[in-house]
Amino acid sequence: MKEISCKLLVLGAGPGGYVCAIRAGQLGVNTVIVEKEKAGGTCLNVGCIPSKALIHAAEEFHKLRAAASGRSPLGLSLDAPAIDLKRTVAWKDGIVGRLNSGVTGLLKKAGVKAVLGEARFVDGKTVDVETETGVQRIRAEAIVIATGSAPVELPDLPFADSVISSTEALSLKEVPQTLAVIGGGYIGLELGTAFAKLGSKVTVLEAMDRILPQYDAELSRPVMKRLGDLGIEVFTRTAAKRLTADRSGLLAEENGRPFEVPAEKVLVTVGRRPVVEGWGLEEIDLDRSGRFIRIDDQCRTSMRGVYAIGDVTGEPMLAHRAMAQGEMVAEIIAGQKRSWDKRCIPAACFTDPEIVSAGHSPEEARAAGIEIRIGQFPFQANGRAMTTLAEDGFIRIVARADNHLVLGVQAIGHHVSELSATFALAIEMGARLEDIAGTIHAHPTQSEAFQEAALKGLGHALHI
Amino acid sequence: MGEFILKMPDVGEGVAEAELVEWHVKPGDPVREDMVLAAVMTDKATVEIPSPVSGKVLWLGAEIGDTVAVKAPLVRIETAGADGEPAPDSVPEALAEAVLEEPVAVSAPPTAKAPPKPEKAEPRPAPAPREAPEIAMKPLASPAVRLRAKESGVDLRQVTGTGPAGRITHEDLDLFTSRGAEPLPAQIGLVRKTAVEEVKIAGLRRRIAEKMSLSTSRIPHITYVEEVDVTALEDLRATMNRDRKPDQPKLTVLPFLMRALVRTVAEQPGVNAIFDDHAGIIHRHAAVHIGIATQTPAGLTVPVVRHAEARRIWDCAAELNRLAEAARTGTATRDELIGSTITISSLGALGGIASTPVINHPEVAIVGVNKIAIRPVWDGTQFVPRKIMNLSSSFDHRVVDGWDAATFVQRLKTLLETPALIFVEG
Repeated sequence: MKEISCKLLVLGAGPGGYVCAIRAGQLGVNTVIVEKEKAGGTCLNVGCIPSKALIHAAEEFHKLRAAASGRSPLGLSLDAPAIDLKRTVAWKDGIVGRLNSGVTGLLKKAGVKAVLGEARFVDGKTVDVETETGVQRIRAEAIVIATGSAPVELPDLPFADSVISSTEALSLKEVPQTLAVIGGGYIGLELGTAFAKLGSKVTVLEAMDRILPQYDAELSRPVMKRLGDLGIEVFTRTAAKRLTADRSGLLAEENGRPFEVPAEKVLVTVGRRPVVEGWGLEEIDLDRSGRFIRIDDQCRTSMRGVYAIGDVTGEPMLAHRAMAQGEMVAEIIAGQKRSWDKRCIPAACFTDPEIVSAGHSPEEARAAGIEIRIGQFPFQANGRAMTTLAEDGFIRIVARADNHLVLGVQAIGHHVSELSATFALAIEMGARLEDIAGTIHAHPTQSEAFQEAALKGLGHALHI
Repeated sequence: MGEFILKMPDVGEGVAEAELVEWHVKPGDPVREDMVLAAVMTDKATVEIPSPVSGKVLWLGAEIGDTVAVKAPLVRIETAGADGEPAPDSVPEALAEAVLEEPVAVSAPPTAKAPPKPEKAEPRPAPAPREAPEIAMKPLASPAVRLRAKESGVDLRQVTGTGPAGRITHEDLDLFTSRGAEPLPAQIGLVRKTAVEEVKIAGLRRRIAEKMSLSTSRIPHITYVEEVDVTALEDLRATMNRDRKPDQPKLTVLPFLMRALVRTVAEQPGVNAIFDDHAGIIHRHAAVHIGIATQTPAGLTVPVVRHAEARRIWDCAAELNRLAEAARTGTATRDELIGSTITISSLGALGGIASTPVINHPEVAIVGVNKIAIRPVWDGTQFVPRKIMNLSSSFDHRVVDGWDAATFVQRLKTLLETPALIFVEG
């Protein structure tokens, strides 16, 4: 058996793992990273990036269809648009491929040794990797577990043939005539919306009493409306049972009332689970926090020298959280003093319209006993939004009533994901409403609504 | 569930607002009818606000030190009955009378007055779920400041932020680290302390502060110190105390001084006066209302012995005792705390040898009594032990010349050294 030793071993080259390895390499730490598939993890290969590519393609196609139907308020028209999904997917795969090699190149540049294969813990300092050329044993002073998460499977609807997860949905060769989406969370709604725009008849089944349960009703309302406009049927308090006998549809039950949903494909997006099996976790017996690996504010697990980052450590399962954790852990291993002190982890949801949330919601702030004031500004009153047919939605700022410190920002609207940076920056910098109100926001941009929301919070919005 | 809004009661005498000096409850607390909720303070007197209903406190309308207008909402109480039980406005008037008869000092320990919490208190609202309370706890600083603090081992919770909303700036961090915040090694035993306690100046303390600033900034003081041989006075006092009737109070030096003052100001009315410097008028009062500076647990107050000119010495002593007790227990009424025309300040055994009393604005004179001590006095052939007491008196030099001040004190000295003169008719 071949054996190598290093200071840091990273298990998994997703956004958490590869960032950790690159940063460690920059700091001169002798680092090895193990990945069984392609660099970039869920995010790059079967998550954020390909889904955004598909969502964009779907949106463009939908615009063409709208123009072809003579409904374009811009006065555009054309004849019979068509989509060749195989080419769309190939374009998306091209982007993914470029990013794959980009990450591989960055790792190499940082002096990180990459090992391809499946890793398995031997003990807290030792891992065996099954590579194409045999078992490679790696000894490390510190190990970072960054194994990520995988889609949750329903027992009665296992992933096979027409029952697919988000991964398969991003690589379909043809647009399905009918698509049933089980789970009204952001992944299901993002993909369901995209397929509706590509021409599928989409039905969404949600077990809870409303979709996007992590957002308040005011925030999710424009999404609900848009789903209706796109002809997507949404059933809440509805349980998906099993495929029909001829496998052409899905049996569901709404409040005890059984009904059938036509479904050439059934997309199951009922959540993601941490990947905690298959790599010898039982050998080292780490403490858990629910299904996740328990970590402290330095991402240390219950075993000395073993760290965990990313989706395997819990919610929110977001790439940028994993990246920040990975960077921090690399610096800790390099001997720097660090601990998790982020004030907010912004989240963007690429539904139509997009939703962004950074910091605390009004509900959370009130639950903490804080007196708040809220400033909200609608895009209806924003010139730039009008000129891009993007009048849906609003920006809402939650601030302390006493000193106007910004506690959270929520927004819904077209392209608001790009505003997430300014929201997060305001919170991390400890901005007050006056700071945002006193910053000149370029005209004409949607970002003006942020300044106006702050002014509204102070009681003197100008454009409403 | 109903909701009762308790408004700031009308505390009378044309008072439009009062300062909130004490809360006896906080939101979530169960309250019973008549349980004291808060104490407010008008010009001088402190007034307790009892709850007119039973229920649970939902909201407090002011913070300690806030000035609250009469009729402004003060407390919101969730009551068990239907909505709108008693008419919110009907209660305060009745309340105002009740409280004025029996005002209570700021310092009255709240636990002594408040009945014990009802056993079957309504359950408090469950603590907020989630980890949300953290929102308020984290020190406010930009990521760059947090990183620097982490690297230099500074706990930002110890650093005072000077930026907007208390944000900790790079400069705050520099200042903190340059001060050498690390504690000295433990074996030395002595540790540097950096804590600063913030005490809000509210209630009586704020009145005192305002009054002292007013007096010393507006009145040019002249202070005159003279020694008085009180041997004869002390002999007389001892005799009178020995022979007093059971219903007569024990005499201190003060009643003698008060009676001597009455006689002196009759000859020098310019000293027993109120100077209205806006109008440029001195009000020379025929009545002698003597303020007695009195230390109470909450601070300095000045109860007033009214019409000392019409009181015999025993009466002066009795009134003095009654007022001092009322001031100390906080039961003095507003009327008993205003209207003096001249003031005596005495610290008794703590009197020292001389002091610089601050005039009780807008009066023009104050007489400070220093400690009595036995001193050797040359009587022409030998040193004899005599009881000597100094008087340190301040005058408003705008309206009392040095000559008049000296004459006034010398006359007092004569009376006190030959106390029979105090009692001589005519």
